[in-house]
Amino acid sequence: MKKYYNMRLFGEKVSFLIDRRALMVFLILTASVAGVFIISTGTGEMKISPLKVLQVFFGGGSDMERLVIQSFRLPRIIVALMVGIALAVAGGILQGMIRNPLASPDIIGITGGASVAVVGFLALFSDENNALTVSINWMPLAAFAGAAIVAFLVYFLAYKDGVSPIRLVLIGIGIASLMKALTTLMMVFGPIYQASQANIWITGTVYGSNWGNVAILVPWTLILLIVAFILARNVNIQELGDDIATGVGSTVQKYRFLLLMVSTALIGGAVAFAGGIGFVGLMAPHMARRLVGSAFGALLPASALIGGILVMAADLIGRTLFSPLEIPAGVFTASIGAPYFIYLLFRTRNT
Amino acid sequence: MLLKTNSLRWAGLFLALLLLLVLMSFSIVYGYTDTTWKMAIDAFTQFDGSNEHIIIQSVRLPRALIAAAVGASLAIAGVLLQTLTKNPLAAPEIFGINAGAGFAVVIAVSLFSISNLQFFTWVSFLGAAVSFIFVYIIGSIGREGLTPMKLTLAGAAMSAMFASMTQGFLVINETALEQVLFWLAGSVSGRKLETLTAVLPYLAAGWIFSLLIAGKMNVLSMGEDVAKGLGLKTGMLKLGAGIIIVLLSGGAVAVAGPIGFLGIVIPHLTRAVVGIDHRWVIPFAGLLGGMLLLVADIAARYIIMPQEVPVGVMTAVIGTPFFVYIARRGFNQ
Repeated sequence: MKKYYNMRLFGEKVSFLIDRRALMVFLILTASVAGVFIISTGTGEMKISPLKVLQVFFGGGSDMERLVIQSFRLPRIIVALMVGIALAVAGGILQGMIRNPLASPDIIGITGGASVAVVGFLALFSDENNALTVSINWMPLAAFAGAAIVAFLVYFLAYKDGVSPIRLVLIGIGIASLMKALTTLMMVFGPIYQASQANIWITGTVYGSNWGNVAILVPWTLILLIVAFILARNVNIQELGDDIATGVGSTVQKYRFLLLMVSTALIGGAVAFAGGIGFVGLMAPHMARRLVGSAFGALLPASALIGGILVMAADLIGRTLFSPLEIPAGVFTASIGAPYFIYLLFRTRNT
Repeated sequence: MLLKTNSLRWAGLFLALLLLLVLMSFSIVYGYTDTTWKMAIDAFTQFDGSNEHIIIQSVRLPRALIAAAVGASLAIAGVLLQTLTKNPLAAPEIFGINAGAGFAVVIAVSLFSISNLQFFTWVSFLGAAVSFIFVYIIGSIGREGLTPMKLTLAGAAMSAMFASMTQGFLVINETALEQVLFWLAGSVSGRKLETLTAVLPYLAAGWIFSLLIAGKMNVLSMGEDVAKGLGLKTGMLKLGAGIIIVLLSGGAVAVAGPIGFLGIVIPHLTRAVVGIDHRWVIPFAGLLGGMLLLVADIAARYIIMPQEVPVGVMTAVIGTPFFVYIARRGFNQ
């Protein structure tokens, strides 16, 4: 059996190899995404069988089922899926670009910037009774702005005849701690109600997602995802180090900037609607690496799917396990992800 | 590096020690209650039971000592971890030590309704130790034993898991949030001297042993194969370094709560000053760590008097500009 398939498209203009094993993993993961999606849609206060769920997707089912699925469950599950995909892909790109397994959206301060913006937003626009004086719909914008500002700040501070990965990440860590410090400061001195509101946001939740969010998040994530996949081969080259990358003819600095922008945009979109969901951006790429190896053509799609599964599953557990109490999805991404990751570490222990 | 010859380094070490002592006396004299240098000296030589003397003896002195000891321990633990994992981003908080301690404290508060700061010390020490042992075991499974990569990944995974479970408990239980929020921010104030003396043996053992293995850490930093080729028992050394890290960072988090950032910044700052020889880096890192935490703690009293800013916040605020400057200048030149 051959290990790779050879794909040629557009009259031999575009060609690439498809790894048999990666293809299998990819198919299994896609099936799992679909499975979790359907199960999650059917589970909750009102249980709906997977078959009925499919019927509703294609326009059937009773009015009640349609209402529950279409207006309550679908939006948040789609948001969860998109957020997982976005964070995992962004994390994968950052790890490849920075060449460090600990790189993730949290560690270079992007999520931290969003947290500061949100906590600041809650503090600035609340009156004495803790009621917001402006619409809560502005919160995603605040989060996105915070993430973007910090990303530019980190890039700007790290710039000195181009940006070296280690400088980028070290300055990122510095700024991240500063952001965390500011967040803590505002939480300690603000009223406790705001602190607990902020805490829920920092943990990350997809509670209260609506179709409006979906309409923004889905195109945003999908377009960036396509860009990310096109850029994937540049991550491969960046991972070899600056000298080799320059030697084989890559414009290292240009692609580094592009890759950073793409990941920031992905993370910004995700945190805007779901808060600081941790772990996914850090661990989904590592899980994918253990499953399909480290070539980014296969790694990015695999980590995207794993990320989607993680966040959807975390949300499912969060809203069913302690029902009627809602636990933010961010609590469970790590609790379900970490044991599986440790198992993967154990299984591939001799490689 | 700034100090190129050994005689310069000895001078630097002496100067740093002096500066640490000066900062400690500043920490004792300056604060919300107005005290003078004379009062501070009198409080130790001819104690008269006045309010100021009591504050100096029972509030300011422990605070200064704790800041110095905790800062030094975190910095040294950071140096060892960065060498052990060959990762410039490694720090106690990334290895689940802070997260484990935080989780243990939150469990104690929300399940057993314990709110005694003295008790937090042991609970968090235990949490830190258990979590690091887990990380160490998971990082060591497999044929080739402990590799930097596996240790790093296991640490990151455990840390994420504990942190998210902590968040989970706090989201469910708002009263617990109120009680532990200040602890989780990290602080050296309001601790009794007994809190420090309880863990001081562990910290002191950590300081001494870290100096003893400094030369061997130099060899280890050249890489596993080279170190083995030179006759170093790498497995034993790594285990030893691991134990020292638990003693230092577990003890530190037990006294002061999770103070981030120090463990990652100070090693880099130190290497910019004295180069990469661990025999110099470890003592210098200890002194610089103590100094940063003392400065942060003094600043924390003055920013929004009469309230206090958590010192973990101030270390980040003071340390970040330095760190960004050093990172821009380049580390090993």
